[in-house]
Amino acid sequence: MTAKIRKLIVQVEETRSEMGKEINPPVRKAAAIAVIENPFAGKYAEDLTALMDIGEELGDLLGRRAVAALGIKPSEAESYGKAAIVGDAGELEHAAAILHPKLGKPLRVAVEKGAALVPSAKKRAGIGAPIDVPLGHKDAAFVRSHFDAMEVRVSDAPRPNEILVAVVVTDSGRPLPRVGGLQVSEIEGKDGLR
Amino acid sequence: MVAIKVRKIQTSVEEVFHEGGPAVAKPLRQGSVVAVIANPYAGRYVEDILPMMEALKPLGLEMSQRLVAALGVAPGEIEGFGKGAIVGAAGELEHGALWHVPGGYAMRELLGDAKAIVPSTKKVGGPGTRIDIPVTHINASYVRSHFSALEVGVVDAPAADEMAVILVMTTGPRIHARVGGLKASEIKGEDGLR
Repeated sequence: MTAKIRKLIVQVEETRSEMGKEINPPVRKAAAIAVIENPFAGKYAEDLTALMDIGEELGDLLGRRAVAALGIKPSEAESYGKAAIVGDAGELEHAAAILHPKLGKPLRVAVEKGAALVPSAKKRAGIGAPIDVPLGHKDAAFVRSHFDAMEVRVSDAPRPNEILVAVVVTDSGRPLPRVGGLQVSEIEGKDGLR
Repeated sequence: MVAIKVRKIQTSVEEVFHEGGPAVAKPLRQGSVVAVIANPYAGRYVEDILPMMEALKPLGLEMSQRLVAALGVAPGEIEGFGKGAIVGAAGELEHGALWHVPGGYAMRELLGDAKAIVPSTKKVGGPGTRIDIPVTHINASYVRSHFSALEVGVVDAPAADEMAVILVMTTGPRIHARVGGLKASEIKGEDGLR
């Protein structure tokens, strides 16, 4: 199964200051988004293998696009997240089929390593709906400075028979992190948690 | 001289492959760049706001360059453009009008002698406000295939004392343009209109 892509969107956000304090180097997040046809729109399908395969394809494509948009080496990626919005002729489970079984592996190749779980969000919604893609450190889920989210939305998607799939990669945590917790310098990187 | 203080810059690029019709040989690319800047005139009436117009020129040029780079094309491949501004709640619509000259200058500087007027829109709005930036052909405003718009917004901007200034560029006509009118191939290129 190959995803039928209507459009690809790449968005980069670079924050240079917060509350008047300079952030140097700036913190940056990139979202890569694909709007694809939902092959199971309008009908119940028991076997969702086709969507799982699409997830694998998009993990690679969107992961590489996001890293490229940041202009960094894969090893310099720090946090990641993923999300999907299913158009209203589809089923929430379609988002699960894309996101969970196979998308993570190629995404981890794109960001080099990625011991931690890829945080995710999903919903069924109409055209122009926003979704907050949760973010966590790629190697240690408990790194508090990297708990974050990026809102993404595409003004003309998803149509009822479409699915919007988003991958977010960052090269940094929040702009001015100061609420303690596990630090990047303390990551062991073995169990994906600490 | 007014100093331009940038809080964040957001670029967003879409690659459109089809919109229900036959896939095109060359996907349409359309993108936006937004700079969220401090509004030095927020909260009071200032008669002479012209110093900021000149001060915005370097930022405009940087934004143009970023957008062309994000689109991944040569400046000569840009066919459509537009600009706009969202002024935060403590500012005045007139502050948004400061973007007309530097925004237009920024794109002309990069795109060569683009002849057409840069279509624009502006409004006062809160964080997350979306704005539809009109798009027309860079050399002839009446080219019907290139009439379009791109919706742009930044989730956390503009704050009351900020402005979001915006540039938009596209690489071609609407994806399945077929409503006639002046064609890009028929441009005389003398008056910026036809």
